[in-house]
Amino acid sequence: MIAWTIYVTFAGAVALLFLPRVLSRWIALVTTLAGFAISLIALFQTPIADLAHFMTIVHVPWVPILGMEYHLALDGISLTLALVTGLTAVSAVLFSWDVEHRQNEFFFWLLLVVGGSYGVFLSADLFLLFLFYELVIVPKYFLIAIWGSTNKEYGAMKLTLYSFFGGALVFIGIIAAYVTAGSLNLHDLAEFPFTPQFQSWTFPVLFIGFAVLAGIWPLHTWAPTGHVAAPTAGSMLLAGIIMKLGSYAGLRVAMNLFPQGFQMCSGYIAVFAVIGILYAAAVALRQRDLKFVIGYSSVSHMGFVLLGLATANVLGVSGAVLQMFSHGVIAALLFAVAGRMIYRRTRTRDLDALSSMNLSRALPFAAFSFVIASAASMGIPGFSGFAAEITILIGAWKIYPIAVWITGAGMVLVAAFTLRALKRTFFDTVENVKSVTSVTSLDRETFEPITLAEKLGAGLLMFATLAVGLYPKLLLDRIVPAVQAMRFLTK
Amino acid sequence: MSYLELLKLAAPEATVAVTALAVLAIGLIRWGETPSSRRSSAFCSAVAGLGLAAAVGAVVMLPQSATLFGGMLVITPLTSLFKIICLALAFFTVVLARTDLSSRNCGEYLALVLLATIGLMLLVGSEELLMIFIGLELTGLSLYVMTAFDKTDIRSAEAGLKYFLFGSTASAFTLFGLSLIYGMSGTTGLAVIAQKLSAQPISPLLFAGIVMTLVGFAFKIAAAPFHLWAPDAYQGAPVPSAAFIASGSKVASFVVLGKIVLVGFSPDKGSAAWHAMIAGWAPVLAVLAALSILIGNLVALAQSNVRRLLAYSAVAHAGYTLLGLVAGGREGFSATLFYTTVYAFTLVGAFGVVALVRRETGGDNLINFAGLRARSPLLAGCMSIFMLSLAGLPPLAGFFGKFYLFTAALRAGENHGLLWLVALALLGSLVSLYYYLIVLKLIFVDQAASDASFVDVDPLQRIAVSVLAVLVLFFGVVPTPLVARITASLQ
Repeated sequence: MIAWTIYVTFAGAVALLFLPRVLSRWIALVTTLAGFAISLIALFQTPIADLAHFMTIVHVPWVPILGMEYHLALDGISLTLALVTGLTAVSAVLFSWDVEHRQNEFFFWLLLVVGGSYGVFLSADLFLLFLFYELVIVPKYFLIAIWGSTNKEYGAMKLTLYSFFGGALVFIGIIAAYVTAGSLNLHDLAEFPFTPQFQSWTFPVLFIGFAVLAGIWPLHTWAPTGHVAAPTAGSMLLAGIIMKLGSYAGLRVAMNLFPQGFQMCSGYIAVFAVIGILYAAAVALRQRDLKFVIGYSSVSHMGFVLLGLATANVLGVSGAVLQMFSHGVIAALLFAVAGRMIYRRTRTRDLDALSSMNLSRALPFAAFSFVIASAASMGIPGFSGFAAEITILIGAWKIYPIAVWITGAGMVLVAAFTLRALKRTFFDTVENVKSVTSVTSLDRETFEPITLAEKLGAGLLMFATLAVGLYPKLLLDRIVPAVQAMRFLTK
Repeated sequence: MSYLELLKLAAPEATVAVTALAVLAIGLIRWGETPSSRRSSAFCSAVAGLGLAAAVGAVVMLPQSATLFGGMLVITPLTSLFKIICLALAFFTVVLARTDLSSRNCGEYLALVLLATIGLMLLVGSEELLMIFIGLELTGLSLYVMTAFDKTDIRSAEAGLKYFLFGSTASAFTLFGLSLIYGMSGTTGLAVIAQKLSAQPISPLLFAGIVMTLVGFAFKIAAAPFHLWAPDAYQGAPVPSAAFIASGSKVASFVVLGKIVLVGFSPDKGSAAWHAMIAGWAPVLAVLAALSILIGNLVALAQSNVRRLLAYSAVAHAGYTLLGLVAGGREGFSATLFYTTVYAFTLVGAFGVVALVRRETGGDNLINFAGLRARSPLLAGCMSIFMLSLAGLPPLAGFFGKFYLFTAALRAGENHGLLWLVALALLGSLVSLYYYLIVLKLIFVDQAASDASFVDVDPLQRIAVSVLAVLVLFFGVVPTPLVARITASLQ
C-alpha cells in the first residue's frame, strides 16, 4: 500500500512533462496529496505490532546476477518519515502556488525530490536505497539554480557537490559492505558478522557520508547557503525532507549494519553534535538575513538528531526520529513564512529593513504563523519540538550528562536567536529602529493579502506540530518498538 | 576448410565490405546539378544503413562457436554480441553523418565508416596477434582519413595529422611489443601464448614486450599519458568521425585489450593492490587508470568547448573502464564491457546533440548551448540524460555501470586491495559532476542569444538521439538484459 507513494509521485512527475502547463500545479497538488493520504492511511491502518520490524511489503528480483532486488519494507521509523515527506510536500506545493516561470518543470523537479525521498525511506535493499538517495541530488540543483534567489548558482553548486561528496563516501561504504557480505539485502547485512576491524573504518566512512546531508558540523556549510539560495519550496524540501535522508540513512544503514563501529565512534558523534548545536545557534544570533537565521537554526536542530542517535539507547534514538519529524514540519513552516509570506511581499529578508515595516499589523497571519513556528522551534511545551528534544535529552542524560548540561545552555541560545528574529521581523515599532533603510516607503497597504493556498499550507504544518506536540504517543508508539528492534542499542 | 565455409563464417564482414564498395560506387555516379547531390548522399546513407542491418542479420545467423586458422577468426557469443554492438554504433554514425557532412564525397566518407567497421569486427572477432594488428591498422587508417575529412576546416586537417602521427607511433610500439611476445612464446595465438608464458618466470624482456603492447591500446582508448591526440581529434574532426572514434573504436579496443591481457597474458597479471604490488600488467594498467582519471577530470574542468570537454572526460572514462581489467576475472571483464558499451551509446548520443547544436548555432562551444532548453526541449532533455549518465547519477546506465565496475574492482583484491583506485575514481566522479553540471546549467538556466527554436532538425537524427537517450535510461533501470548477455557470453 505505502509503496504507492513512490509510484504515484513518479507518475505525477512524468504526467507533468506531457500534460498541458495550465494543469501542472493541480497535478502536483493532487500527486502530493495522494502521497500524503497514502501515508496517513498507512499510519492508521497498519497494526502497531507490524511496525516493530522492518516488514517487507514488496520484494521482486531486479538484477539477479548482482543480487540486487526491488525490495521495500516498512517500520515505525520509515512510516514517520514518509509521513513528514508527504506533509512537507503538500505544503511545499501550496506555497509554490504562485510560481509562474516554467511551472511544469518546477513541479517536475519537486516531485522527483519527493518521490526519491519516499524511496529512500522505504528501501530495504542497499543498492535501491542508494539509487533513490542519489536520485535526489540533481533535481535540487535545478530547483535552486533556476528558481532561486540570492547567489543561487553558487548555493546550488555547493549543495550539489557536497551531496555528491557525501554520496561518494557512501558509495565506498556500500560496496565494501556488499563485497564483504555478498548481499545487498538490509536484513541479511544486519545479520552478517562484520569484523570489528572492518567496521572501524566502514562505519565512519558511511556515517560521515550520510551526515553531510544531515548537516553535521563541520560539513554543514552547504545548508545555510543552500537554504538561502533556494526558492521557498526548495528550502522547505531541503530542511523538511532532504536533511532527514542523511540522518535516516545514517541510522538505518550505518548504525544498524555496523553496531561495533558505531560504538567506537558514538562519543565523537555526540561531540560533533553538541558543537553543531552551539555553533550554529551562536552564528544564527549574528545573522542579518532572516533565511540565514533559519538556515543555521536547521543545523542546530539537526545537531539534536545526531545527539539522539549518538546516545544508542531507546529513548535517545526514538527522540531523534521524533525530532526528524518535528524539525521537518517546523523548519518548513519557518521557511514558508520567511520565503513566501514575507520575502515575496517585501522583497527583502534583511532584519533591519523588516523591523521598520511593522509587519505584525500588515501581515497578521504571517506573524501568527511565525510565532507558532518560533515557539515550536524554541521547544515550548505543547509543540512537537519540545516532545522530541526532551526525549533526546533524557536519553542523553544516561550516558553524556555533560553534553546535556552544555546543550541546555545551548537551548538558551536557540531561544535567543529565535526571539531576536521574531522581534526584529514582526514586533519592532518604527521608533525603536535607528537605521531605517530605504524600504520604509513600502507601507503596509501595498502588501497583497495572504492567499488561501498559503493559509492552508501553514495551517497544515501548524496542525501537525501541535498534534504531535500534544499527543506524541501517536508517533512514539510506532517509533519505539522499531527502535527496540535495532541491533546497536546498548543494553 | 573450403572457401565457401570461410565465406559463411565471415559473412558479416563480407556484407559490410560489399556495402562499402557499393556505397563507393554510388557516390561516383553523377546525379546532375547540385540539388540532386543531396539525393545522392541520401541514397548512399540508405544503402549503408541497409548494409549494416544486413550484417547484423548475418551475425545472428552465425553458428554458436567456431574457430578458424588457429584463432584468426573466432566466433563465440561474445564476438557476436560485440559485432552487433559495433554495427549498431556504425549505424548511428551513418545517421549522424546524414546532415553533418557537406554532401560532397558522401559516398567516400560512408565507405570509410564501413571499412573502419570491418576493422572493428576483425578486432572483436580474433584471438590471434597478427589479425588483431591488421584490425587495428584497418580501423586506424580509416579513422585517420575520417578525421581529416572536412577539407574546408583547418582544424580537421590538424586533428587528422596529429591523430595519424600519434597513432602510427603507437602502432609501431605495439608491433614491436608483439614481436617480442612472439619471440618469447613462438606463437601468435592468444591461448597458446598463455600456456607458453605460464611456463616461464616474468623476465625484463617479456615485461618490455607486454608494456609496449599495452602502449598501442592505451593510445586507442585514449588513456593518459597517451591521450594527447584525443582533444584535437574530438574537437577538429567532423562530428560523426569524432563520435565513431569515441564509441566504436573504443568498444572494440576494450574487447580486444581485455582478451589480450586476460587470455594471452593471464600468467603475468601481477597485482595492483595497495602495499602488495606484484610486477605484471595489472599495475601498469592501474597506473594508466589512475593517471587518466586524474588528468582527464582535472583538465576537463578548464574547457570551454563541449567537444574538448567530452574528449577529456573520455580520458577519465577510459580510466574508470580500465578498473575492470585491473580487477580481472570474468566479473571484472564483464563490468568493463558493460561500462564501455553503455559509454559508447551515451557518447554517440551526446555527439548527436552536439552536431545539431553546431548546425543551428554555428559552433560547439559551451556558450552555443546556452538556453538550449527553450530552443529544443527534446535535445535539452536528451543531453541532460547523457551528461548525467556520464556523471554516474541514477537511474541512468552510467550509475549502474560504475557500481558494477567498482564492485568488481573491490572484490578482486585480497583485503580490498584496489580500494585506493576505487576511491580515486569516486573522487574523479565528484570532480566530473561539476563540469557536466556546467553544461546543464548553460542548457537549463542560462538564456540563449536567440530564442528561435530549432525548426530544421532532421527528424531521423532527432529520433536517433531520442532512441539513444531511451537506451541509456533503459539500461539504467533494467540493466539485466545486457549484463546477463555479457556475462553469459564470457562463460
